[in-house]
Amino acid sequence: MSRGRPTTAGPGRDVAVVAFTQTDLTTEYSGLSEVELLAPVIHEIKERTGLSRFGFTCSGSCDYLAGAPFSFVSALDAVGAWPPISESHVEMDAAWAMYEAWVRLQHGDIDTALVYGFGKSSQGDLRQIMTLQLDPYYLAPLGPDQVSLAALQAQAYLRRCGAKEDDLRAVAARSRAAGLANPHAPDLPEPAADDPYEVAPLRSYDVAPITDGAAAIVLAAGDTARELCDRPAWIRGIDHRADAHALGARDLSRAESARLAGERAGATRAGATRSAGIEVAELHAQFSHEELMLCEALGLSDDVTINPSGGALAANPVMATGLIRIGEAAARIFDGTARRALGHAAAGPCLQQNLVCVLEGDVDG
Amino acid sequence: MGNPCAVIGVGQTRYRTKRLDVSIAGLVREAALRALEDAGLTFADIDAVVMGKAPDLFEGVMMPEAYLADALGARGKPVMRVHTAGSVGGSTGIVAAGLINGGVHDRVLVVAWEKQSESNATWALTTHPPYNASLVVGAGGYFAPHIRAYIRRSGAPDHIGTLVAVKDRRNALKNPYAHLRIPGISREMVEATPMLWEPIRYLETCPSSDGACAMVLASESAARRAPRPPAWVHGAAMRSEPIFFAGRDTVNPRAGRDCAADLYRQAGITEPRDQLDCAEVYVPFSWYEPMWLENLGFCGEGAGWKLTEAGATALAGDIPWNPSGGVLSSNPIGASGLIRFAEAALQVRGLAGEHQIDGARLALGHAYGGGAQFFAMWIVGSAKP
Repeated sequence: MSRGRPTTAGPGRDVAVVAFTQTDLTTEYSGLSEVELLAPVIHEIKERTGLSRFGFTCSGSCDYLAGAPFSFVSALDAVGAWPPISESHVEMDAAWAMYEAWVRLQHGDIDTALVYGFGKSSQGDLRQIMTLQLDPYYLAPLGPDQVSLAALQAQAYLRRCGAKEDDLRAVAARSRAAGLANPHAPDLPEPAADDPYEVAPLRSYDVAPITDGAAAIVLAAGDTARELCDRPAWIRGIDHRADAHALGARDLSRAESARLAGERAGATRAGATRSAGIEVAELHAQFSHEELMLCEALGLSDDVTINPSGGALAANPVMATGLIRIGEAAARIFDGTARRALGHAAAGPCLQQNLVCVLEGDVDG
Repeated sequence: MGNPCAVIGVGQTRYRTKRLDVSIAGLVREAALRALEDAGLTFADIDAVVMGKAPDLFEGVMMPEAYLADALGARGKPVMRVHTAGSVGGSTGIVAAGLINGGVHDRVLVVAWEKQSESNATWALTTHPPYNASLVVGAGGYFAPHIRAYIRRSGAPDHIGTLVAVKDRRNALKNPYAHLRIPGISREMVEATPMLWEPIRYLETCPSSDGACAMVLASESAARRAPRPPAWVHGAAMRSEPIFFAGRDTVNPRAGRDCAADLYRQAGITEPRDQLDCAEVYVPFSWYEPMWLENLGFCGEGAGWKLTEAGATALAGDIPWNPSGGVLSSNPIGASGLIRFAEAALQVRGLAGEHQIDGARLALGHAYGGGAQFFAMWIVGSAKP
């Protein structure tokens, strides 16, 4: 059976997700600072693994959400960085922090890593803030906001593959229903067909809710992973790819960099359309059509359970959402509902960057 | 630390107050193309891109790696963005090297940059979230009290900072990329400049620069095919500690000492002053040279200023510090750490030009950031470890 390793010559050390924690994900500001949000999550994951020190620590956050430089500096207060720790930070979704930690574990000299991400999008206007991520000379001055750009992509996708707005609503309805069953996600009402458009063809339920939250993951290698977790979620493949930024330079109806990352991570067999044994996939789709596009790009067929947590359409704590997808996928392996699961994270406008992580449980649990 | 990693290409832009002739994309591309040329490669040969810069507020572009992917030939490739405050250039180099050490890739392009002319860094550093009082204006306001504490502790005479300011600017005259090139720089010139934050005078601070630095990092097999001599990574380490807590030693931070200890252990260094041939150390305010001499174990506590005063760290000294002119001469903030790492590599490759230290075989690259709480360091050598 395919081990799902990257097709390029890659590293060989077995590394697993052994623990995952998250805050309650709230659609309104809960009065907590970033440190206050993070501290219980870090405390819980230390307690759960019995570890108080880690070989490496890495986090993901975004200064523009906090509205101040160095939002990760005070977050260090939640970690307990004394004596000083080996630590780094990405200004990206924390899924990329997990990638960095996975690479670090491949060096072979450390056995554990702590990864965390946090974001409070309740404290600004996310739609406008995301505009500041665009090409500052040619695109940002035109002022296109995140939802409008997503709507352009949705139109391109619907036109190419013939899907209808009802298909989008079905994605939103399933995500919100799953969110109701997720104790960490907010309770969102069932989508109604006459909900107003945000930007056509996207209606309000097609857009991920404004959410505050934080999450943490612990990675461990080899025997340490087995000691820390009854059923480690082994990382069988992990890869991330970027597409062009300029929207006119790519086929907006396809998530090409997701397809590439999926192939490299072993989620799909090269050239094949069917997924390589994936049972559950947690996809970082902030808009309904993105889920459909990602399923297509990753070759996820109808028998794959998509976003049992509700996904980003149920709760979207920006900068932690991607890490939570990997955590939720790992949790399905921890609890035995899946043997092979996929976690996905995205960044940049219109699915420009995509990360795919293929997780697998031991055969006998 | 896993598989061997080597620097096979270095590229820098000329550092200036304003690079109005290029966009941000043009700036990073200039450095990247020079690094690729040095390595005899093109963008097509690169497996992944790792980018670093200081806070996005400096230019007002959020997560600019997304926009810069096109200019760096990164379509269809992995792109990562590191941010660890002022140490980010160093951290970025270490994250990129990690991809080689971990056996993930064979050729990684690492780029760090800042285009300070697009915004106002002192303003960007002075905003605070609503729950915290803003205690300082700019980095100098934060670091000056720690420098005063150092002077009181060590009994250093007042002119030591001036000596560093002059030495680094003299070195900069030999570096064609350096921002501040002040002919005839002298103690009198430094002492005649206004006091900004006691005891830091205007010419004892780093400039605000536009600029980018890039390197191509390679696995052993890729390094063997490089046209010019590689610099091999002998060790790399990062350490962080919280910014504020009672009893924290902000003058001689433990994170810096621990980081150096980890680094020296990897590289087999027991006597840094004797075993290293030169060092590129993050000195944004003149007094940080004696402070880091002690923190990095080049001498005992309280003795750093004596090395500086005796000329040990000058180009002709036994352990030259910042032969390139250092951060005091060029400071595109997010790139400043990577420039230190790259200049260390140029020295052991024998490619540092006029500021080459004869026969340099082992060199230190160093960066720090935040409230002197984030540290990133590497040691590179001409021989494979």
